[in-house]
Amino acid sequence: MDGSGAVRSRGLMKYFGDVVALDGVDLDIPRGQVHGLVGPNGAGKTTLLGLLLGLSVADGGRLEILGSPVDRVLGVPGGVGGFVDGPGLYPSLTARQNLTALAALHGRGPGRRAEVDRVLEQVGLVDVADDRAREFSLGMRQRLGLAAALLTKPRLLVLDEPSNGLDPAAKRHVHRVLAGLAAEGTAVVISSHQMDDLAVLCAEVTLLAGGRVVFSGSVAKLAAESGRLDHRVVTSDPATTRRVVAGTPGLELVPGPSTSSVAGDAVVARGPVGAVEKLVVRLVEAGVAVRELGPVVPPLEAAFLALTGAEGSLTTREDTR
Amino acid sequence: MSVPTAQADPANRHKDADADADLLPIPAVSGHAGLGASVRFELLKLLAQWRVRVVLLACWVVPAAFIAAVSGQTSLPSDTVFGRWMFATGWAGTLVVLNFAGTWALPLLTALVAGDIFAAEDRLGTWRHLVMAVRSPRRIFAAKAIASTAVILVMELGVAVSSIGGGLLVVGHHDLIGLDGSVIGAGQSALLVLLAWACVVVGSLAFAAVGLLGSVALGRSPMGLLTPALLAFSLQTAQLLPMPAAVRLALPSQGFLAWRGLFTGPAQTRPLVIGLVVSLAWVIVATSLATWIFVQRDFTDLTYDGSARRSVLVGIVPMVALTLVSIAGVAVATPASGSGIGRGKVEQSLATSFAHLYRLQSRQLHRPDLTEQQLRASASCYRAGSPGEDEGPGNDWRCSVSWHIPGATAVGTALYQLDVSADGHYVADGDGPKEVNGYFQVRTPDGDAANPLWQIDALVDLSSSSTSKG
Repeated sequence: MDGSGAVRSRGLMKYFGDVVALDGVDLDIPRGQVHGLVGPNGAGKTTLLGLLLGLSVADGGRLEILGSPVDRVLGVPGGVGGFVDGPGLYPSLTARQNLTALAALHGRGPGRRAEVDRVLEQVGLVDVADDRAREFSLGMRQRLGLAAALLTKPRLLVLDEPSNGLDPAAKRHVHRVLAGLAAEGTAVVISSHQMDDLAVLCAEVTLLAGGRVVFSGSVAKLAAESGRLDHRVVTSDPATTRRVVAGTPGLELVPGPSTSSVAGDAVVARGPVGAVEKLVVRLVEAGVAVRELGPVVPPLEAAFLALTGAEGSLTTREDTR
Repeated sequence: MSVPTAQADPANRHKDADADADLLPIPAVSGHAGLGASVRFELLKLLAQWRVRVVLLACWVVPAAFIAAVSGQTSLPSDTVFGRWMFATGWAGTLVVLNFAGTWALPLLTALVAGDIFAAEDRLGTWRHLVMAVRSPRRIFAAKAIASTAVILVMELGVAVSSIGGGLLVVGHHDLIGLDGSVIGAGQSALLVLLAWACVVVGSLAFAAVGLLGSVALGRSPMGLLTPALLAFSLQTAQLLPMPAAVRLALPSQGFLAWRGLFTGPAQTRPLVIGLVVSLAWVIVATSLATWIFVQRDFTDLTYDGSARRSVLVGIVPMVALTLVSIAGVAVATPASGSGIGRGKVEQSLATSFAHLYRLQSRQLHRPDLTEQQLRASASCYRAGSPGEDEGPGNDWRCSVSWHIPGATAVGTALYQLDVSADGHYVADGDGPKEVNGYFQVRTPDGDAANPLWQIDALVDLSSSSTSKG
């Protein structure tokens, strides 16, 4: 290990009694990258986040954070911030009191008030700084949690579902903050089930299933590896579209409930991205106007379902939509 | 029209950051504050809770209001130790409050503060946040223990100051009648009252430590909060049962009772020392166990709600063992046997109290003052309802007190019925003659006054030898 990355792990193992929470996890996260961590419930994401935050120590393997080996609980170097399992806030304290107390715990001196104001401004909570946290919505609590993490001036920021409860504007605001941090060299690790957020934010993602890494790489690579995706096509001539889909190499028409579940005259074609692009060309050549084309399930989500063996749940969900 | 390859964009956006990361200024790494900052944070959290603030305010206001209210009544809480002297001196009121506080209020206060200080983090889901911020479970534990103890002490200080202040303002700074009937000067009373409060504070720390242990071992379960109160309730119930004096003295509730021995002459120091030592032992063992359980905790296990059967066992078994060791220690260290209440002790105690109070009555009646040596008071007691030995608690004790008047050949005799509690406290109810102890008032040259010999509060030393008198 050269220690230049923000996170570098080899063969990480973690057990809870007889349960193997992490099973030989290798992970490389460079500085300045927003890295997504996805996986089904029980995949080991929270355990891994806990290790990155220093809340527990691995039972096997090696972990380096910001170039320092971590071999004991709370042994992570300074500069690691974030939250796991929701932001830890005290509802009886105001937003400012929460942050000021946290700054004091981090050993900040008299200048901490200015720092608190700065992070409140960063997450857009200045107007409610003196309101008690118990009055905050879920989205506001998430932003306050992010502010608390920012207060530590992190070089590695670990966030568990940071977009929970955020409205679109707040989500965009948070995304800007995280992208800005990454641009300044902070590595950001985000665990989320919101695939569209990860797709927008993350340079790379790691998929965990059953405590193992089943994929690690760029989102584009993950989308490509997802193979055959269902695409919803809305055209001016559904009947012709069905014929063209059936005649396009690599594509198949998805019959049955999946098709009927898509609104209006939409046709669902299953195949790789390249074949879908050919379909567009053929439809245009056939004089059919393409009004709408997109994946039924976002590629990242599809890849997640495919790689974690949860495709069945996708079908079930689509059937019941 | 959405395009599936759009996700490549953020990778491009951030990839340059990888290469430039080492060139960018890295913000200062945060340090971590010491214990003081953690304690201040814990205090802030505690004092931000409305119920803590309400109770804190009540501790500083209610005792004074209670004493003022009682002083406006025609009857006194004479079933409580020192209650019958509340009109006579301001120092009696605070001791009435102290007696009540030790029975119920202080365990409840400790439950409210120490019993919840760890469980609150479980309920709020803030452990990970706190552990990351402080980065030392031991420091977190120390801060919580110190903060909760500080708040408990401020509450107890409030009860003490309020009750003392209320008593002195409403009734005044006068002499107090001790539990052996002797007159304790006002200055000495002040000192003893402060000592008594200090002793009870030590006793309450044992319950606070149990609260910490319950809060750590039981997590978000309400049982953690209730642990000190349940312990107090159990001990109160146990105190009502017949049990050997060594067992009674070795229980942590002794810390709430032993202060009464300060108000006898000579002071009953052995029960006091036992109470303090037992309380401190409970503080040390319970706090150590709580620390050990807390630092073992894995804060990443989301299924863990803060409680575990193992933690509960780890918490309970050593405390039971401590109780057994304490019982054995007290049994070896004291000559007490049986219930600790024997005929000789009762007779000695009643005779002493009678002699002291007879002098008080003589002064009320403007009679010549006699010393205890001149009176040579003695008592003869037996249990009317007990076929066996005259021993143990009960309300069937009958006593005849005799005394001498210098120059007179006749020996004075007065009868008493005693209700002796298992903790050594008893009330002797005068049964005549009327002009000595048979009526609640005496007619003095200054008018009717409360008869000090009508009902006598006194205390038997459970830890002394049952064959000795006193």
